[in-house]
Amino acid sequence: MPLRIPVVEKILSANDRLAVENQARFDTARVLALNIMASPGAGKTSLVEQTLKGFSGRLRIGMINGDIATSFDADRAQAAGATAIQINTGGDCHLDAAMVQSAISQLDLGALDLVIIENVGNLVCPADFKLGTHKSVLVASIPEGDDKPYKYPGMYRGVDVVVINKIDLLPYVPFRMDFFKKGIEVLNPGVVQFEISCRTGVGLSSWLAWLDRQVQEFKHN
Amino acid sequence: MHELAVTESLLEIAIRHAREKNASRITGLYLVIGKWSSIVDDSVQFYWDIISDGTIAKGATLHFQRVPVVLTCQDCGKEYEPVGEEFACPQCGGTHAKIKTGDEFNLEAIDVEE
Ligand SMILES: Nc1nc2c(ncn2[C@@H]2O[C@H](COP(=O)(O)OP(=O)(O)OP(=O)(O)O)[C@@H](O)[C@H]2O)c(=O)[nH]1
Ligand SMILES: [Mg+2]
Ligand SMILES: [Zn+2]
Repeated sequence: MPLRIPVVEKILSANDRLAVENQARFDTARVLALNIMASPGAGKTSLVEQTLKGFSGRLRIGMINGDIATSFDADRAQAAGATAIQINTGGDCHLDAAMVQSAISQLDLGALDLVIIENVGNLVCPADFKLGTHKSVLVASIPEGDDKPYKYPGMYRGVDVVVINKIDLLPYVPFRMDFFKKGIEVLNPGVVQFEISCRTGVGLSSWLAWLDRQVQEFKHN
Repeated sequence: MHELAVTESLLEIAIRHAREKNASRITGLYLVIGKWSSIVDDSVQFYWDIISDGTIAKGATLHFQRVPVVLTCQDCGKEYEPVGEEFACPQCGGTHAKIKTGDEFNLEAIDVEE
């Protein structure tokens, strides 16, 4: 006689539990942690480089870079002044909390103010895997097109910040900013937004000011 | 595609619950998957057939229940399904919504034999 047993468990509950542990470690060290997500090539590493440059000598920043292969991005972050740990996911399309846990243990959290995690370039999967970060940041970019919030609602819905990068390309690429923003705002009312270009530097100061405030508030609360 | 990791997690949860009830075999799993979760049924099935082999869940049937996306308008309270590129509220045109259903990814129940 088969018997039905209720389970009602999130299938990713094991990951969620590890994410809670990660967050506790960041909290104890009073280090703000960011999860930066985007499609491949949107400008995650460029944003990291600009952020490191902007905070150079003022904030101590640790980087965790997730990529399927290579350590190019960690090398770029290291060159820009961060302590960088590369995670090669070996084919996985996203970072998970276990990978981040092992990377955290290679960082001296006590000597840092901010940890930035660059997720694998992908607009689908990273949203499902919590890492234990305090804020998640989605980098969108003009050449990707203005329909992305509608096509990847799972991703746009769950983030705290949307950084719209490559606005220097607006004169050359059709992109309806209104349409794009409407797609974000319905799913994610009140989400913090920045329009920037990592190429020309425009808009970066507002991003840096916002991030600085988050780091300071987190440290002193 | 992260269905392998997901399927491993699924197997672990199912076996844990079956053991707690001292069951000897798992014959069915009931999954509830929101339309906005990134999981592809066929891939889960594909990995399931491979990784459940040699376990007490070998041959168990996966039952998928897909849950549609329902948004709740934060301005007027209307619940609606977004269609295509139209996310705004069909009743008041409001553009502030919260997701009510559609992002689930749960194992609701399993069928076991003593
Ligand atoms: N025109 C323009 N190009 C940019 C801008 N920001 C980044 N790029 C270019 O976009 C390309 C990708 O930038 P990355 O920072 O490597 O992007 P990423 O998101 O880290 O890429 P992956 O880690 O490979 O997914 C590079 O060639 C950058 O020079 C920008 O604001 N404007
Ligand atoms: Mg990169
Ligand atoms: Zn409404």
